[in-house]
Amino acid sequence: MRKATNILTVAFRSMFRNKLRSLLTALGIIIGVACVVATIGIGEGARLQAESQFQSLGTNFIMVFPGATTSSGARMGHGTNSKLSESDVEAIRSEIQSVAYVSATIRTAAQVIYGNQNWSTGIQGGEVDWPLIRSWNLSSGQFFTDADNRAAAKVCVLGQTVVQNLFGSEDPVGKTIRIKNIPFRVVGVLDKKGGSAMGSDQDDVIVAPYQTVRKKIMGTTAVGVIIASAASNEMVPQAQEEITQLLRQRHRINRAAGQEDDFTMRTQTEMLQQAEQQAQTMSYLLWSIAGVSLLVGGIGIMNIMLVSVTERTREIGVRMAIGAKGRDIRAQFLVEAVALAITGGTLGIGLGVFIQKTVARFAGWPVSLNSDGVLLAFVFSALVGVAFGFYPALKASRLDPIEALRYE
Amino acid sequence: MPAPVIEIRDLTRVYKMGETEVRALNGVSLTVARGEFVAVMGPSGSGKSTFMNIIGCLDRPTSGTYILDGVDVSRLSRDERAEIRNDKIGFVFQNFNLLSRTSALENVELPLLYSKKAPATTKERDARAKACLSIVGLEGRSDHTPSQLSGGQQQRVAIARSLVNDPTILLADEPTGNLDSKTSDDVMSVFQRLNEEGRTVILITHEHDIAEYAKRVVVFKDGQVLTDTPVVKRRLVAAEVSR
Ligand SMILES: Nc1ncnc2c1ncn2[C@@H]1O[C@H](COP(=O)(O)OP(=O)(O)OP(=O)(O)O)[C@@H](O)[C@H]1O
Ligand SMILES: [Mg+2]
Repeated sequence: MRKATNILTVAFRSMFRNKLRSLLTALGIIIGVACVVATIGIGEGARLQAESQFQSLGTNFIMVFPGATTSSGARMGHGTNSKLSESDVEAIRSEIQSVAYVSATIRTAAQVIYGNQNWSTGIQGGEVDWPLIRSWNLSSGQFFTDADNRAAAKVCVLGQTVVQNLFGSEDPVGKTIRIKNIPFRVVGVLDKKGGSAMGSDQDDVIVAPYQTVRKKIMGTTAVGVIIASAASNEMVPQAQEEITQLLRQRHRINRAAGQEDDFTMRTQTEMLQQAEQQAQTMSYLLWSIAGVSLLVGGIGIMNIMLVSVTERTREIGVRMAIGAKGRDIRAQFLVEAVALAITGGTLGIGLGVFIQKTVARFAGWPVSLNSDGVLLAFVFSALVGVAFGFYPALKASRLDPIEALRYE
Repeated sequence: MPAPVIEIRDLTRVYKMGETEVRALNGVSLTVARGEFVAVMGPSGSGKSTFMNIIGCLDRPTSGTYILDGVDVSRLSRDERAEIRNDKIGFVFQNFNLLSRTSALENVELPLLYSKKAPATTKERDARAKACLSIVGLEGRSDHTPSQLSGGQQQRVAIARSLVNDPTILLADEPTGNLDSKTSDDVMSVFQRLNEEGRTVILITHEHDIAEYAKRVVVFKDGQVLTDTPVVKRRLVAAEVSR
């Protein structure tokens, strides 16, 4: 016990004697450990966030957008023939039983004015099924009707963020706002939904009838994205298959002749998987940085320990002459290497937590400071210290005391 | 005749350097009794340090026997020799070999770190080390580091360190080799006083006037004992001080 404290004292003393050298030596470990901590924290935060975001899309959610699928994912191209039409939506609605709800959607951004307040926000055009598909309830008022849609009525419902910015505490239902200078009557207010994985605020939105947005605000003919809800979770694959067949038939795509689909379909599950895969790729990257840093850090420690053994050859000789055994010397240098590594590890944990918090703040994620990561990082750095400190320590312990004493 | 502390029979030490062999010790026999003060002399390369390293259990003889304090130590393992060194031998080196940037007290305490018989509490260990520092007249310098001490003082700290485990023999390889003559006398007076108090001292020196502090002079030549004689006109510190 006394020996242990003494060895620790000697180890830390020799580390503080060469502060800058120790810091530079520990830098690899610092970066490596910071990566480990940040990886685990960020990965976890991103995963949780992605999960809740895609859950918030709605139940049994299916999305169809124009453009072919490429190996790297979706190509949101607007090629000549890659368009979805209102009749596609109608066909899905009337012909496919496995689909419970469907809605054409279109999206743009615009300046919105109420009184002397103005706010720039996303304008979402949707049909009556839109809130059912997105599982998004209203906190007050009502959603617009199918009649409103067909008549391209100038009505809208507001997301919470828009309400806050334009109305403050005032009740917006029944009030008139101006979107691109066109007056719209507010008929309802959406529930609060919260942020998304990409840091965007889902509540920063105005939903208006699809036809109104298409004709009055955007002036196009094409459907942006079709969103739909399968009748049940089990029916998602069937719905997917049936929509695919229907759209191929309608768009006259001959798969047998090697023609590509001119639309892409994503289900909630697929989007979740894709997000997880991205998070995985990201974490592989961070893990490899962590691995390389720890390796480089370990080599740095080995190097500095070898230098230290050489510098202190005479000291080793003296210690041996007065009775230190090989194992005492080995323990001393091993403890020094581990102390160096653990100090680096501790600084690295601090840095990692800082990175994690910063990233989380910018991305709007909840910080998930997980103690496993910190513990793991600590253990990792200690292991690196042992692994790379062992050879120098062994070398020191094998010195011949007579030669070590003679060393100049 | 008191019981011998050191009994050496036909000691040889051969260094193999590739094809050639260097017989650094070539059949040395010597007995040292408890309480003796032996000076080892001889030309450079005659095997004095080699001999000292074997007595000090830093090295093993190629052949021959070495009995220290009744125990045959000529065939012990590395670790066993480390224990003997810690327990029974106090080393003093020519170049002091104190740990730099480490206080005198901590330097003196160093052997306790590797000792099984060391006191358990810091307080007791400090007290022991301080007692050793006061034996060499440095009680006030506990907190000084080697760079804050003169050569003579550093050597006295080294002597204090050699005493801390109450060794059976004190070994010194040219302890005054790096010191001027006045300081050499100071250091030798410490050895002489320790010897008066009953400690066995063996030291190597090149200087006759240093050897005259001892009671017996052994001269080496070509790895063998050339002469082994008592000191006739012994220098006594007490006499010199009154002079
Ligand atoms: N490690 C070694 N390897 C080979 N030869 C050695 C080794 N150590 C000593 N010798 C040889 O052994 C002989 C005796 O050396 P030693 O150091 O014992 O002499 P010494 O009497 O102490 O000399 P000095 O007065 O110069 O210190 C010398 O010839 C030396 O070259
Ligand atoms: Mg010598």
